[in-house]
Amino acid sequence: MAEIQNYTMNFGPQHPAAHGVLRLVLEMNGEVIQSADPHIGLLHRGTEKLVESKPYNQSIGYMDRLDYVSMVCNEHGYVLAIEKLLNLTPPKRALYIRVLFDEITRILNHLMWLGTHGLDVGAMTMFLYCFREREDLMDCYEAVSGTRMHATYYRPGGVYRDLPDTMPKYESANNKKKKDLERLNYNREGSLLDFIESFTERFPSCVDEYETLLTDNRIWKQRTVNIAVISPERALNLGYTGPMLRGSGVEWDLRKKQPYAVYNELDFDIPIGLNGDCYDRYLVRVEEMRQSNHIIKQCVEWLRDNPGPVMTDDSKIAPPDRMGMKDDMESLIHHFKLFTEGYCVPEGEVYAAVEAPKGEFGIYLVSDGANKPYRVKIRAPGFAHLASMSEMVVGHMLADVVAVMGTQDIVFGEIDR
Amino acid sequence: MPLYLQNLVIITTQILAVTICVILTVAFTTYFERKVIGYMQGRIGPNRVGIKGLGQPFADVIKLLIKEVVIPSRSNRYLFVIAPLLSLIPALATWAVIPLTDGFVIADINAGLLYVLALTSVGVYGVLLAGWATNSKYAFLGAMRCAAQIVAYEIAMGFALVGVLMASGSLNLGEIIASQSGGFSQWFIIPLFPLFMVYFISGVAETNRAPFDVAEGESEIVAGFHVEYSGVAFAVFFLAEYANIILIAALTSIFFLAGWSSPFEGWVFLGEGNFLREPSFFWLAVKICFFIFVFFWIRATFPRYRYDQIMRLGWKIFIPVTIVWIAVEGVMVWMKVGPWSI
Repeated sequence: MAEIQNYTMNFGPQHPAAHGVLRLVLEMNGEVIQSADPHIGLLHRGTEKLVESKPYNQSIGYMDRLDYVSMVCNEHGYVLAIEKLLNLTPPKRALYIRVLFDEITRILNHLMWLGTHGLDVGAMTMFLYCFREREDLMDCYEAVSGTRMHATYYRPGGVYRDLPDTMPKYESANNKKKKDLERLNYNREGSLLDFIESFTERFPSCVDEYETLLTDNRIWKQRTVNIAVISPERALNLGYTGPMLRGSGVEWDLRKKQPYAVYNELDFDIPIGLNGDCYDRYLVRVEEMRQSNHIIKQCVEWLRDNPGPVMTDDSKIAPPDRMGMKDDMESLIHHFKLFTEGYCVPEGEVYAAVEAPKGEFGIYLVSDGANKPYRVKIRAPGFAHLASMSEMVVGHMLADVVAVMGTQDIVFGEIDR
Repeated sequence: MPLYLQNLVIITTQILAVTICVILTVAFTTYFERKVIGYMQGRIGPNRVGIKGLGQPFADVIKLLIKEVVIPSRSNRYLFVIAPLLSLIPALATWAVIPLTDGFVIADINAGLLYVLALTSVGVYGVLLAGWATNSKYAFLGAMRCAAQIVAYEIAMGFALVGVLMASGSLNLGEIIASQSGGFSQWFIIPLFPLFMVYFISGVAETNRAPFDVAEGESEIVAGFHVEYSGVAFAVFFLAEYANIILIAALTSIFFLAGWSSPFEGWVFLGEGNFLREPSFFWLAVKICFFIFVFFWIRATFPRYRYDQIMRLGWKIFIPVTIVWIAVEGVMVWMKVGPWSI
């Protein structure tokens, strides 16, 4: 009698649901997964090594490119580590701006996750709805930093510049009618803060809209409830962080447990799941979007009432202002030194972590006192999540692999680094 | 001219006319789909080629025609080429028994309903052979899923049609429509509502449309059975899929909504000779368009089922529902309650 064998299937790296360049080697018994072996490294760019060869400030941009859907959160981890070594506290306004943009980024990331998770499971409309809202948040990025994605906005000692007083507007093109322009520009008449505020007022109803499509949808529940259940103990052992850990019912959020920036002054809740399945992780992330919206509202209010500097006044770290350079020798020297050599960071080692949308994003930084880091180790949340892929999908079917990939919210920029 | 030659010419013309109409409808159905889903998703859809984008289907056809058909070297080339035709021909041939208006039908055969059932089953072979001949794991999985799914849903569909057969007392599609004449209240959708739902949902599953599109499951097995098809061969699969959608829409209208008859038949206040009261092709077209719209509406709304969940829905829900309702209907016929009189 012929022996019945399992067969292997190569899933990715060129696969519409591979979230970039994941290659999974699946061993399958019919449709049921026996084991899943993730092969990583197809997006390896050697970020950690690159960082060693550049002055501190020139590596901020690399952080954006790690997890390329939660850009400034990665920057935050990096500048936090440098600030810890320098023993530097940025002005309060800078901290509020950081929190504001961290939370905007969290919504950006979760919208991306919801859209692709929906698309993976087959709800293609979710994708377009989510990207509609993402577009406005991208415009916030653009208004403040000049670029839609890789902002390079945070600096050790504060942020690159203050929030703009005007919001860029749509301009007339030959196929746009005047009425359309007015509709597109209605909330762009005031400052960036006004624009963000109008977004926060609109956003909860958008989340409600997503939820009407998914939360009580029978098919959505059939596809996510009891899929890839991870117990709280197991989640801790696997090194889960962020919504993956909270989905399993562990109340752990760096914003609450080890507050950085100004999170201890803000009012927000951290949602946790009960069963640790894909559905709970979905609910946790959706609620996180609402909480982020709440935080953004508080930040906007504070930033309105409290103008002030957004960069430290330590001229060894912060670049001098342009006008000063014209008639001040000291400023010119500082400018030259900062943009060629950079600044030196005292000897020592430090670990700084932020609650990135995907989990704990940490930077372990070793300095030998030079103007470049001696070593940087990046702790990417997605790496630990992907490592448990096999455990999550064994015994489930091929279609669930895709759902699990969606629920892990993996991005290869940070996993392959 | 001898009679048989005359008949030959007439019938060939009719076949050509219907086929060309169906193919043209398919072209505009793709446009309709992209527009409907586009507006549901907050975008505009195609609007560049021709007026309001109406030239888009033809641009797509031309693009597909001038592309190379790649035949994988380790595939079975004959089956690989035959498979798309096997799925297209039944989809078109079924139109032979569809009465388009009162009195126009290419083949007015007595066992029309059986013919429809038989041909829709044959269409599955195209998908199966495509998945098998491609010799790719993704295509193979798609074909396996398709086979299992079709078996389950064919049964449910067949049972649903047994209900129609009991109510109308005929296998001829024209007579099925005739037995529903007399306005909206006489349509089978009212007494046979559960069967109508089962039939239409099975129809969605039968055509491999979302949320039952596991056979091509874009995000799981990439394109399933037609993963290796390109150019014209792919276009033929595409044509077959949309021809099947229109067919299922037409059959649902015929079986449950009385095809070409008017819902306002016998409404005196509409006035004598008002075309809304008269049975005509217009009514069939309206009903078909509505069901096609529902197909797209479903696609824009729902996530995809998992393969085993589809099986469960088919075997454990649809088949019992149809069997129970057939029993209920039998009792109703026997007790002489209900709109029909046998």
